[in-house]
Amino acid sequence: MEWNVLASLKGIDITNPSVELIRLCACVLREDIKKRIVEARGKELEGSTSQKVFDTILENAKVAAEKSLPMCQDTGMAIFWVHHPKGISQSGLESQLVKAIKKATKRSYLRPNTIDSLSGKNPGDNSGKGTPVFHFHEWNKDTIKVDLMLKGGGSENVSAQYKLPDIPLAAGRDLEGVRRCVLDAVFKAQGEGCSPGVIGVCMGGARDTGYSAAKEALLKDLDVPNPAPELREFEERLVKDINALGIGPMGFGGKTTTIGVKVTALARHPATFYVSVAYTCWALRRYSMTIRSRKGGVIYD
Amino acid sequence: MTRIDLPTDERTVRALRCGDFVEIYGILLTGRDLAHAYLFKEHRPEFVERLKGRFIYHCGPVVKKVKDGWEVLSAGPTTSTREEPYQAKVDQDYGIRGVIGKGGMGPKTLEGLKAHGAVYLSAVGGAGAVAAACIKKVRAVYMLEEFGVPDAFWEFEVEKFPAIVTMDSHGESLHKNIKEESEKVLKELLKA
Repeated sequence: MEWNVLASLKGIDITNPSVELIRLCACVLREDIKKRIVEARGKELEGSTSQKVFDTILENAKVAAEKSLPMCQDTGMAIFWVHHPKGISQSGLESQLVKAIKKATKRSYLRPNTIDSLSGKNPGDNSGKGTPVFHFHEWNKDTIKVDLMLKGGGSENVSAQYKLPDIPLAAGRDLEGVRRCVLDAVFKAQGEGCSPGVIGVCMGGARDTGYSAAKEALLKDLDVPNPAPELREFEERLVKDINALGIGPMGFGGKTTTIGVKVTALARHPATFYVSVAYTCWALRRYSMTIRSRKGGVIYD
Repeated sequence: MTRIDLPTDERTVRALRCGDFVEIYGILLTGRDLAHAYLFKEHRPEFVERLKGRFIYHCGPVVKKVKDGWEVLSAGPTTSTREEPYQAKVDQDYGIRGVIGKGGMGPKTLEGLKAHGAVYLSAVGGAGAVAAACIKKVRAVYMLEEFGVPDAFWEFEVEKFPAIVTMDSHGESLHKNIKEESEKVLKELLKA
């Protein structure tokens, strides 16, 4: 396989296909999300404020896709998960993705969204140390797969991490404890993360890997149920409880406060038990791109 | 649906109530984190003229440089609570009659709206393309070099810009109400 991979992918430049990946993420609402927004709209009272919010969201999706305009002016921080076969240069892919970000910024698919934390200066081209965020994995397939998430600042601000046990929440080191943390985080977020949110949860891990895995859990199609029956049941319970809070779209009150919850688990240290809650806005801007050969055939999903 | 033309006055905004739908016409200024800190730390007389009777919009737009100026591509609201330390004083000092954002603001701002006579309005977060379509012209931009695109003051001429009054000048806040109601539900859900 190795020889074939090198023959078909050697010398690949993923810059231009990645610009398209960024455009999709910023400008085109995913179908699985749109479906859930339409469902949520149907549950609200005719003529209510919350129904109007859903109407605006759907109208915005239409305008943004037609004209390739960013759905939201906060085009977020870019997070890439890259899977590549053996023999493909990681540093090559990294520099091409950085180039794609700059190109997409020039084309106004992205807002210049990086600020030097010390000087306070915005370089204007989305460059900066530690951005975009990269996760590289070598895999045993003959394709390159790039997942991208554009994570907005408002929803990042309301994301939260807990350590169990949490005394004020009476949350112990079990699923019930995790449930308490998630409900607390969503309650505290109110409408600030642009509800209805899509919520990724990771139980366990270290502080850094926990947040990362909570975001990565959101790369799965919302319509595909969790393969672990216990977690699937738990996710359904969380959706029900979160929606009972009545925070509604944009925090105006309503029946839908989340359109999906994904839970994952990492092994933990005996002394630690983190619950990481990654809140994303209703748009959940993420797409994936699969490249089979340098001659073309890029699949976006 | 109430039409608001900017600049407006205290009497007009005092007539607005929590839950009212409005359409905004005229000139407003964007301002977010750096802008509010800038207006708060020192009095900037040139901004009184630019803001008096107008609304300030918590927004950092996506813009494109075109031949004779700027085109706005996406311009929805950003989270407002970050301006909670500044808003009431800034509204008062610069004669601002309305704040547009998302997520609502806290008790200090609510008190300020009551004392000074102003409203807080919510736009739909994430709906940047639809909001941009209501911006007919970029009249000016201030502090662009210093603050960068998202944080600069953008002076927009808007037409039919939709928003909902979610905090009024009579002490009513939809955000406060929803928080209180959802807290009751949370307590039920967390009962052992």
